[in-house]
Amino acid sequence: MNDSLEVEADVRETKDQGECFARFVNVQKSYDGVELVVKGFNLDIQQGEFVTLLGPSGSGKTTCLMMMAGFETPTHGEILLKGEQISGLPPHKRGIGMVFQNYALFPHMTVAENLAFPLEVRHLSKDETRKKVDRALAMVRLEEFGDRRPAQLSGGQQQRVALARALVFEPELVLMDEPLGALDKNLREEMQYEIKRIHASLGVTMIYVTHDQTEALTMSDRIAVFNDGIVQQLATPETLYEEPENAFVAYFIGENNRLQGEVVEHIGDDCQVRLDSGDIVLAKAVAAGGVGARTTLSLRPERVSILLDESLSFDNCFEGHVKEVIYLGDHLRTRLAVCGNDEFILKTPNAKGHPNLRPGQTIKVGWSSKDCRALDA
Amino acid sequence: MSESPSSPLTTADGVPLKVSLRRAVRRSKIKALLLVSPLLLFLIIAFVMPIFDMLWRSVDNPEVSTNLSRTVEALEGWEGDALPGEPAFAALVEDLQEGQQARNLGLLSSRLNYEKSGMRSTINRTARRVNALEPPYRDALIDINDTWGEIDTWKLIQREAAPLTMSYYLAAIDRQLTVDGEIVKVPDHLEIHVALFWRTFWMSAVITGLTLLLGYPIAFLLSNLPLRHSNLLMILVLLPFWTSLLVRTTTWIAILQSQGVLNDVMVAIGVIADEARWQMIHNKTGTIVAMTHILLPFMILPLYSVMKTIPPSYMRAARSLGGRPFLCFRRIYFPLTIPGIAAGGILVFILSIGYYITPALVGGQSGRFITNYIAYHMQTSLNWGLAAAIASILLFVVIIFYLVFNRLIGVDKVKLG
Ligand SMILES: Nc1ncnc2c1ncn2[C@@H]1O[C@H](COP(=O)(O)OP(=O)(O)OP(=O)(O)O)[C@@H](O)[C@H]1O
Ligand SMILES: [Mg+2]
Repeated sequence: MNDSLEVEADVRETKDQGECFARFVNVQKSYDGVELVVKGFNLDIQQGEFVTLLGPSGSGKTTCLMMMAGFETPTHGEILLKGEQISGLPPHKRGIGMVFQNYALFPHMTVAENLAFPLEVRHLSKDETRKKVDRALAMVRLEEFGDRRPAQLSGGQQQRVALARALVFEPELVLMDEPLGALDKNLREEMQYEIKRIHASLGVTMIYVTHDQTEALTMSDRIAVFNDGIVQQLATPETLYEEPENAFVAYFIGENNRLQGEVVEHIGDDCQVRLDSGDIVLAKAVAAGGVGARTTLSLRPERVSILLDESLSFDNCFEGHVKEVIYLGDHLRTRLAVCGNDEFILKTPNAKGHPNLRPGQTIKVGWSSKDCRALDA
Repeated sequence: MSESPSSPLTTADGVPLKVSLRRAVRRSKIKALLLVSPLLLFLIIAFVMPIFDMLWRSVDNPEVSTNLSRTVEALEGWEGDALPGEPAFAALVEDLQEGQQARNLGLLSSRLNYEKSGMRSTINRTARRVNALEPPYRDALIDINDTWGEIDTWKLIQREAAPLTMSYYLAAIDRQLTVDGEIVKVPDHLEIHVALFWRTFWMSAVITGLTLLLGYPIAFLLSNLPLRHSNLLMILVLLPFWTSLLVRTTTWIAILQSQGVLNDVMVAIGVIADEARWQMIHNKTGTIVAMTHILLPFMILPLYSVMKTIPPSYMRAARSLGGRPFLCFRRIYFPLTIPGIAAGGILVFILSIGYYITPALVGGQSGRFITNYIAYHMQTSLNWGLAAAIASILLFVVIIFYLVFNRLIGVDKVKLG
C-alpha cells in the first residue's frame, strides 16, 4: 500500500517536471519470487540523452532494458515513456528500437529486407520503404551490401545493420544491450565513434548497456552504475571518475588504491582516518560515517606523486617500498607497499626526468587530501 | 598458390609435395576403412545386395528361355502369321518331357499364366500326358488342349524368351502387354495396384500433415520451455520408442473398435446411440490414427532440433520492430523452421509409404497400403517378380522425393540432435 502511494507521488512529481522522456520509478523485478534482481531502480532520462547502464555481470542491466522494451514485466513500480505508463503496452506498440547483443538479424532475409521489415509492418509504401532503407544503409555506410545475407557480413558490418534496423523506423528511443560485446578492440572503438556520430546527428534518446567502463566513459552523457539491483551512482563520466560517491563506484570505474581505516576526527569537509597499519591520513569526507566508523579511502594511482626532494609537500606523505615496476610505453606502473597495502599502485607518465625506480628501493610518496576520498566501508 | 608445372613443390628430400602428402594421408585412410569395415560388410550383405537382388528380380525373365529352350530355338524366324510347323511342336514335346522328368515346370507354368490365364492348366495337363505322345505332335498337342492351336500361345512363348521383361512393372501399374506388344489396361476387376499406390500416397500425405499439425506446437514447447519441463516433455515424446510397435498398434484396436473404449464412452455419455457405434478401426480412419501416433516422434524430433537453434532474440527483435505476434511468427519464426518441417515431413512420408505392420493390423480392407500387397505377393501368390517390381517403384518414389527435398532445402541444413 505504502509503496504504491509512494509511486503515485513520484509519478506526480515527474508530470510536474514534465521534461523527462523516459522514467523508471521505483522499479523492482523478481524472476523466481524469492530474490529481487532489480531492487528499486529509479532513472530519469531526458530527451536526446545518451545514458549508459554500467555494471558487473548479473547486476540486472539486461533485465531493466527488457522491462523498458516490454519483454519482461516489472514486479513492482512503473515505467513511463513521455509521461505515459507503458506497462500494459505490448512490445510491438511501444515503438522502441532495440539492438541485441548477438544482433538478431533475420538470417533468411537480405540486409535490405531486414531493414524493410519494420517499415513493412507499418504499411509504408514500397517507394517510401526503399528510400528509407537506402538512407539507413547510407547512414551506416553499407550502401553496397543491401543484397547480402547477414551471414555474408563481418561482425562489424552485422552490427551496423542491426543499428540501422533499430533506427530505420525513426523511433524516439533506442535500447542497446552490449551491442559491441562480440567485436574486437579496434572495431569496437570504431563502432563507438559511429554510434556517437549517429546519436548526435539524429538526436534520438539512447539507453546503452555495457560492462566495459571505458566504453561507458567515452560514449555517455550520463552513466548509471549498477550493482546489486540498484543504481549506485548516476552522473556524468567526469563526476563518476573524479567524485565517486561510494566504494563500489570508485572501485568499478577506473583504477583505484584502497586503504581501510577508522574515522578519528572530522575537520570541516575533511576527516582524519587511522589506517589499519596505524598511519593517520587526511582525506575528504565524502561518505564516511561519524567518529569511529569504518571507512574505505579511495585514491587514483595517477594522483599519487613521488617526492624526490623536500620542495614538494602534501598533506599526506608516506614511505613506500618498490615491489615491481611495469613499463607500459607511455606510462609506468609501480607497485608499492604503502601503509601496509602491498597493492598500492603508482602511475607516472613516461616524461623526461622521471625517476628511475628499482624494486627494493624505498621512496617517499605523497598525495593531496582533496584526491583522497573517504567512502563507505 | 600457383604451382607452375615446371617446378612442382617438393619436400626437403625432393619428393613432390603431393606424393608425400598422399603417402601421409594413406595410413590414416586405411585405418579409418578398417574401423568401418564390419559395418560396411554388414550393410553390403544385408542391405545393398538385397536391393540389387530385388531390382534384378523385377525384370529377370529366365523361365521360358531355360525351360523351353528347344522350342524357343525352333521358333526362331517364325513370323507369327500362321501356326508354327511340326518342328516347333516336336521341340515343345521334348522340352516338356524333360521338364516333367526334372519336375521343374511349376515356375514356367506360373510365369506363362501371369501373361495368359489358363496357361498353367494347359501346361500341367500337357505335361502329364507328354510321355505317351506319338508324332505328329502338332495334332496330338492340339488334341490335348486347344490352346496349342492358338497362334497367340506361340507368340507368347516367343516373346517371353527374352531374358528381361517389363511385364512385372506393367502388372504393378495394372497394365499388360497384348500379343502384338501393345500396352493396355488390365480388365477393370483386376485393377488394384494403381488405386493402392494412390491410396498409400494420399494417406501418407494426410498422416504427414497430421503429424506436422500435432507435432509443431509440441516441438515449439520442447525448445522453449525451461530445461526441467522440457526434459519431462522430451521423455513423453520418446516414450513410444520404448514400447513395442505391436503393443501400440493393438492398443489402438482396443480403443477404437466398435466395442472399444472410445465407443463405449461415447455411448455412455449419450453422444451416439448404441446401435450406431462408429466404425473407427479396420478402415482408413484406423490406419491414419494409429500411424499418426506412431510416426509423431519422427516429426517432432527434426522440428525440435531446428527450433532449438533459433534464438529467442529473433522473435524479440521482430516484436520490438513493430510486428504483431502472429506476423512475427509468420515472417520470422516459421520460415526459419522450414528445414525442420521438410526434414520431418520427408521422414514421416517415407516411413509411412513403406509401413507394413500397422496398416495390416488396423487397416482392414480399405485401409491397406501397397506394402501389404507386396507381402501378399511374397507370401501368398508367390509372384516375387511382381513384389519386386512394386517394391522397386516405391524405392524410386522415395529417391525422387529425397532428391526434390535435397534440391529445395538441402540435406546439410538439417542437423538431427
Ligand atoms: N529469464 C530469467 N529467469 C530467471 N532469472 C533470470 C532471467 N534472466 C536473468 N535472470 C537473473 O537475473 C539476474 C540479472 O540478469 P541480467 O541478465 O539482467 O544481468 P546483466 O546485468 O544483463 O548481466 P550481463 O552483463 O552478464 O549481461 C541474474 O542473476 C540472472 O541470473
Ligand atoms: Mg545482459
